Amino acid sequence: MPSVSLTVNGRKVSAEVEQRTLLVQLLREKLGLTGTHVGCDTSQCGACVVHVDGTSIKSCTILAVQCEGTNVLTIEGLAQGDKLHPMQEAFREHHGLQCGFCTPGMVMSAVDLLKNNPKPSEREIREWLEGNICRCTGYHNIVKAIQAASQAGR
Amino acid sequence: MATMIGTSVKRREDAKFLTGRGNYTDDINRPGQVHAYIIRSPHAHATLASVKTDKAAKRPGVVAVLTGADTAADGIGGLPCGWLIHNKDGSPMVEPPHPPLAQGKVRHVGDPVAVVIAETYAQARDAAEHVEIDYKALPAVSDASKAIERGAPQLHDEAKGNLCYDWHLGDKAAVDAAFAKAAKVAKIDLINNRLIPNAMEPRAALGEFNRATGEYTLYTTSQNPHVIRLLMGAHVLHVAESKLRVIAPDVGGGFGSKIYHYAEEAIVTWAAAKVNRPVKWTAERSESFMSDAQGRDHATHGELALDKDGKFLALRVSTVANLGGYLSTFSTTIPTWLYATLLAGVYTTPVIYCEVKAVFTNTVPVDAYRGAGRPEASYLLERLVDIAANVCGLDRAEIRKRNFIPKTAFPYQTPVALQYDSGDYPGCLETAVKASDYAGYDKRRAASEKAGKLRGIGISTYIEACGIAPSAVVGSLGARAGLYEVGTVRVHPTGTISVLTGTHSHGQGHETTFAQVVADALGVPMESIEVVHGDTAMIPFGMGTYGSRSLAVGGSAILKAVDKIVAKSKKIAAHLLEAAEADIEFKDGVFSVAGTDRSKTLGEIALAAYVPHNYPIETVEPGLDETAFYDPKNFTFPAGTHICEVEVDPQTGVVTVEKFTAVDDVGRVINPMIVEGQVHGGVVQGIGQALYEGCVYDPKTGQLLTGSMMDYCMPRADNLPAFSVGHHTTLCTHNQLGVKGCGEVGAIGSPPAVMNAVVDALKPYGITHLDMPATPERVWRAIHSARQPRAAE
Repeated sequence: MPSVSLTVNGRKVSAEVEQRTLLVQLLREKLGLTGTHVGCDTSQCGACVVHVDGTSIKSCTILAVQCEGTNVLTIEGLAQGDKLHPMQEAFREHHGLQCGFCTPGMVMSAVDLLKNNPKPSEREIREWLEGNICRCTGYHNIVKAIQAASQAGR
Repeated sequence: MATMIGTSVKRREDAKFLTGRGNYTDDINRPGQVHAYIIRSPHAHATLASVKTDKAAKRPGVVAVLTGADTAADGIGGLPCGWLIHNKDGSPMVEPPHPPLAQGKVRHVGDPVAVVIAETYAQARDAAEHVEIDYKALPAVSDASKAIERGAPQLHDEAKGNLCYDWHLGDKAAVDAAFAKAAKVAKIDLINNRLIPNAMEPRAALGEFNRATGEYTLYTTSQNPHVIRLLMGAHVLHVAESKLRVIAPDVGGGFGSKIYHYAEEAIVTWAAAKVNRPVKWTAERSESFMSDAQGRDHATHGELALDKDGKFLALRVSTVANLGGYLSTFSTTIPTWLYATLLAGVYTTPVIYCEVKAVFTNTVPVDAYRGAGRPEASYLLERLVDIAANVCGLDRAEIRKRNFIPKTAFPYQTPVALQYDSGDYPGCLETAVKASDYAGYDKRRAASEKAGKLRGIGISTYIEACGIAPSAVVGSLGARAGLYEVGTVRVHPTGTISVLTGTHSHGQGHETTFAQVVADALGVPMESIEVVHGDTAMIPFGMGTYGSRSLAVGGSAILKAVDKIVAKSKKIAAHLLEAAEADIEFKDGVFSVAGTDRSKTLGEIALAAYVPHNYPIETVEPGLDETAFYDPKNFTFPAGTHICEVEVDPQTGVVTVEKFTAVDDVGRVINPMIVEGQVHGGVVQGIGQALYEGCVYDPKTGQLLTGSMMDYCMPRADNLPAFSVGHHTTLCTHNQLGVKGCGEVGAIGSPPAVMNAVVDALKPYGITHLDMPATPERVWRAIHSARQPRAAE
């Protein structure tokens, strides 16, 4: 079995994986980071979005072995201790989550949006979220949360 | 105090979900766990000539391969149906067996045939390739109207002509007489499109067995763990409830699809004992598409009789409802008692008759999906009312106003069994008309037309029945369960409180809302209250969450338990304060002697109750822990007005929702932020039904053509506008909180509002109806097969 070494949430880790093992499987099954979710099998839902070397990526769509030497950030690594990341705080403040299942992917995706486009329009936010499906919120409050995070200069 | 109710308290659930510390079923792993892969039928209809497992059993990592023969050998029962419907002639419906693993025949694509259990999921999936199944394909039928035709493929020996039941409600003779006198008749034929719920968390189940104690534990993605324990223990596995623990931890959305007892729950629990290791199964999304109960799927003819002034005289409805290949848990009640009873809507229609044929087809079983029967009723009625306005030459708001049940008429007995307790339908409409700037619509239409677009506006004035349900009433209608709810208020020795509820929260925020209710009722800080749900070992027997019942029924049970706590505390306080019990007053968490400054806090009472040194031990038991069961006196009746504006691009057929206004009467609002969130989500599922979502089976083969999120179109963020959500409140008269329920209103009110707007936009082409979903293709075809547009009116 091949082994893969990478940095996850600031911690260096190595694991033996099958060649077919996906990054999300490595995270959930080998590293116990179950905050990253699997909601589909066609790379549509975005519940599994994490950052690889600073860019949001669907972790169901990349092999673990492709992540050799990368720096991966998951939802578990976003807050600073007990202090929520401003995007997490904005989702809480604006009720941008209900069942919570799509939330980790939504938050990771939204963080990347503001990194690329700190002041997105409502339209730009909605288009960016095209790859993240939420079944609970109707997106209304997710968009509001991202707008609020953006307006706070985050 | 009493300040928490009505406040948008931020959710206490959020911290764990925002930081990846949720605990969903698939996040749970048990020592020694093995993984199950379910082999599902690729055929819609076939006999199983043989299932050979010996090759697969030898593959790497395989622990066991189990089939229907094994369940039969172990005496495993079928999945039960929870609601008995009777035919017009009084005979009972047909109830064919529903085995967890197929017995001799498969009846839909996705029907479970065998299970491979291996050390890893990948090994189980790989080994499944080596299970040799000899299917003899049979002709299949997926359309319910076709399934009842002569010569259609027959699914079950028990169900002649594929008919489960032929049911009716109402006074046919009176309706026929009213039609004979009608000045005008509005008619419609419509399809209420089949939907696939697609909660974002796929279903999962993890079964465990302790050979030493004989105890089973099932972790499952359920909206109602006690219901699963009862159905699976009593009917399928024949395991004593005392030996069966069902845990529904964090659950990632349900929308009805996680109410039912599913085969996989029984399979992993049974298999865990067989292989003596915990067995875990998690659905791949493709499996969800072919195994989660689906929703809607009605074909309906409706007729509304009117007098010359547009007053409704009678309604006549005939529906063919598709039940799929087997009876799911509550499937039979959806197109009957949850549908026909809502056909009065918010109107004074004096007589109504509805008949329903429910039909087996080679499709995934159909059951409740957000709204369940009520969206089907409101869609039919609200489309029909729009057509009636057209027939009578009346404005669509005006015809509604002429037929509304007046505010002064409550309690109002409908001709279809329900008695509405409260409502203000004209008030909802008026508020929505204002909020939506209805008056400014013509300007907006002109602007759209200038840009080469068609614009339409649609209204729906809907009602639903929820807060399910009075047990004796539903029992008389065929329910095989009670529908009360339970609540426990456990005051701990130091005064902190655990509230146990039989309802289940899978996105609705009960942990916050219920804590608000108890904080106000007991006058204690919210922070001292924890809400516990989802584990049969921790909570008393409750019925779970569906039908917008959690606050109306579950919240009422909790308040009843609070009342018991207060009553007992008064006795204790009277003893401690050396006063008469009648003189003890309770306010803001303090028990005091009327007219004095002598008092005890709830915390002091609790301490005395658990450390009863100075205590009325002869007359009062120690402890401060009360449970109450609450059986509602009636259903609750949320209602409202939704107004939608759409633009249609006549070149492409693309429909965009430009503006959506919802004004709902959900009774008292405990947490406005959470209620609005529920409405947003419901509205979008309704918009999804109207514009995007439609489950399609190949009519020849019964293959599921919309089997992934790439084929089944769910609303995305860029398909939607922001919404305007408001309230026009009347209180429920028969529960202490005055609450009605808010989980389903969005999905019930919105589809007709959207479709009325779409049809309005297409009016220049003479189009009077379009079935959902109004996809670009369907709209484009309608435009192109219609006559040329009339000059803009």
